[in-house]
Amino acid sequence: MRNRQPIFYWAGFSVILILLIVAPLVLPEFWRRFLTEILIWGLLAMSSDLLIGYTGLVSFGHSAFFGLGMYGAAAALLTTKPPSLWLATVYGLVAAAGVAAFVAYFSTRLRDIYFAITTLIFSQIFYVIIFTWTEVTGGENGLTFSRPPFAVPGIFSFPMTSQTLHWFVLAVVTISYLLLRRITQSPFGMVLQSIRENEARTRAIGYPTERYKIVAVMLSGLFAGLAGVLYAVQNRFAAPDFVFFLVSGEVVIYNVIGGIGTLVGPILGAAFFLLLREGLSRFFTEYYLIPVGLMFIAMVIFMPQGLLGFARRWLNR
Amino acid sequence: MDTVIEFFQAIPYDQIVIQTLNGIVTGMILALIASGLTLIFGIMDVVNFAHGELFMLGAYMGVVVLATSGSFWLALVIAVLVVALLGAAIQITTLRPLLGRDPLNTILATFGLSLVLQNYALWQFGPVARKIQEPFTGQFTLFYLQYPWYRLVIAGLSAAIIGGFWLFLKYGTFGIWIRAATQDRVMAQAMGIPVPWVYTAVFAIGAGMAAASGVLFGPLVGVNHAMGLDWVLKAFIVVVVGGMGNLGGSILAAIFISLLEAYASLWVSPAQAVIVSFVALILTLLFRPTGLFVSTPR
Repeated sequence: MRNRQPIFYWAGFSVILILLIVAPLVLPEFWRRFLTEILIWGLLAMSSDLLIGYTGLVSFGHSAFFGLGMYGAAAALLTTKPPSLWLATVYGLVAAAGVAAFVAYFSTRLRDIYFAITTLIFSQIFYVIIFTWTEVTGGENGLTFSRPPFAVPGIFSFPMTSQTLHWFVLAVVTISYLLLRRITQSPFGMVLQSIRENEARTRAIGYPTERYKIVAVMLSGLFAGLAGVLYAVQNRFAAPDFVFFLVSGEVVIYNVIGGIGTLVGPILGAAFFLLLREGLSRFFTEYYLIPVGLMFIAMVIFMPQGLLGFARRWLNR
Repeated sequence: MDTVIEFFQAIPYDQIVIQTLNGIVTGMILALIASGLTLIFGIMDVVNFAHGELFMLGAYMGVVVLATSGSFWLALVIAVLVVALLGAAIQITTLRPLLGRDPLNTILATFGLSLVLQNYALWQFGPVARKIQEPFTGQFTLFYLQYPWYRLVIAGLSAAIIGGFWLFLKYGTFGIWIRAATQDRVMAQAMGIPVPWVYTAVFAIGAGMAAASGVLFGPLVGVNHAMGLDWVLKAFIVVVVGGMGNLGGSILAAIFISLLEAYASLWVSPAQAVIVSFVALILTLLFRPTGLFVSTPR
């Protein structure tokens, strides 16, 4: 009995993965791009799930990590010649990790709503800095650059078409998912979940909960920064709008819609939200957030477990 | 010695006086918003993300009533009443079902609410900023500036509203109920106080105060659908710096934060001056998490 469930799990995992690999070959350009975007936002939401679902900390500051990932990638792509995808990733991750270390050090001393408000305020600090430091960040207009090729110097080089990009993003998201899944199931992840359930008791048992929380925020920030790098590469720009706290709010919405504490739930939530936006914006144009917001409120009240909440136990096995 | 004299001569006293005045005026407006927010938090553990949107809707109601009736004061009263009713409706439909759940759920629900209200305003009133005509246009001379009397009237009116509210809390029957429910909601319930309705009333009062500040502040900045965002952030900072749920602390903190920002904008652009208040918040949370203006840390 205990052995059978992982087989079903991995079978389902493989089927979805294969579908996602084949998808760009059959989908038209618009939907191919859309699917890639869902994966990127899904990665961001998944990184936030490590905090919301597993550590019990609701972060309203993920836009800062995401945005710094974007600007880090932009810095690499604009200053080095020829532009390298790998260098962009490294720069983005370093920028996001730096910010995450800073935010984590201060915000993890606080709990509940204070944590949420502090992370929000920190992300706004970075927003204001990026928005007003026009000489370096381009201010309100942001930075634009071209897509780097998918290449290893001296071995191979492919131009970054939307297909290559999709596969690259898919690979990154899949590996991140597996890593995050491994992290949440490791002893470290168990301590995080015990902090979520009862922090005082976890500390009483002898775990330095502050240090665990700092590491959790930093890990989460790293994956969020990775999502930022991918988004920068896909859209060829970095803009201050993505550091604004409304983006963090949307990430929390993805989590709640999809089901927190499931890792795949947030990806589903992102897909659901973006599809809903796509569908509704045909009738409501830019006011799609009115019905989406109402639905979100209804979900918070009536369905706090989210779409995948019923399968949480099974997905974490 | 000379350097000391030069230093004192270099201080722009006239600008400091002007910025002090500006700081106090914005501080009173902010106090009006934040006192509703802090009350809502203190009594029902709800962090109301939609508070800035109530402020914004109040300003828009002011625009609409002013356009039809032509009277600023009528606009003020009607905006307050309408937004207070809206607040009551919101509390009954979205927050009452969340009673007793984790306070984080209320953050999520009110965040959704703020998205809805903001986009509703965008849809209803369009992206172009509206203007509220100030009720009178007198000015007096302050150094080289013509300083409008209206700004001082705003500060006075805000103080009057907050003062009236304080008297209501202190002596009104319902005010005493509110304070009782803040201290111990189970005991208050046991004494026969209709706690759920006290909650609704508190949310409505908070919404009405936000609307009042929206109408009063409208003439200074122009009304648009995103104006609530800046203010809700500032109000959060004020509420945390003043001590969550502490009315007097919030008022002091509102003036303190506004003065800080006003002085900071002597040297940097106003957009960057916001960082000063962010830093004030973070320092407060690190060293005095119960609030700067709480006499005895609990």
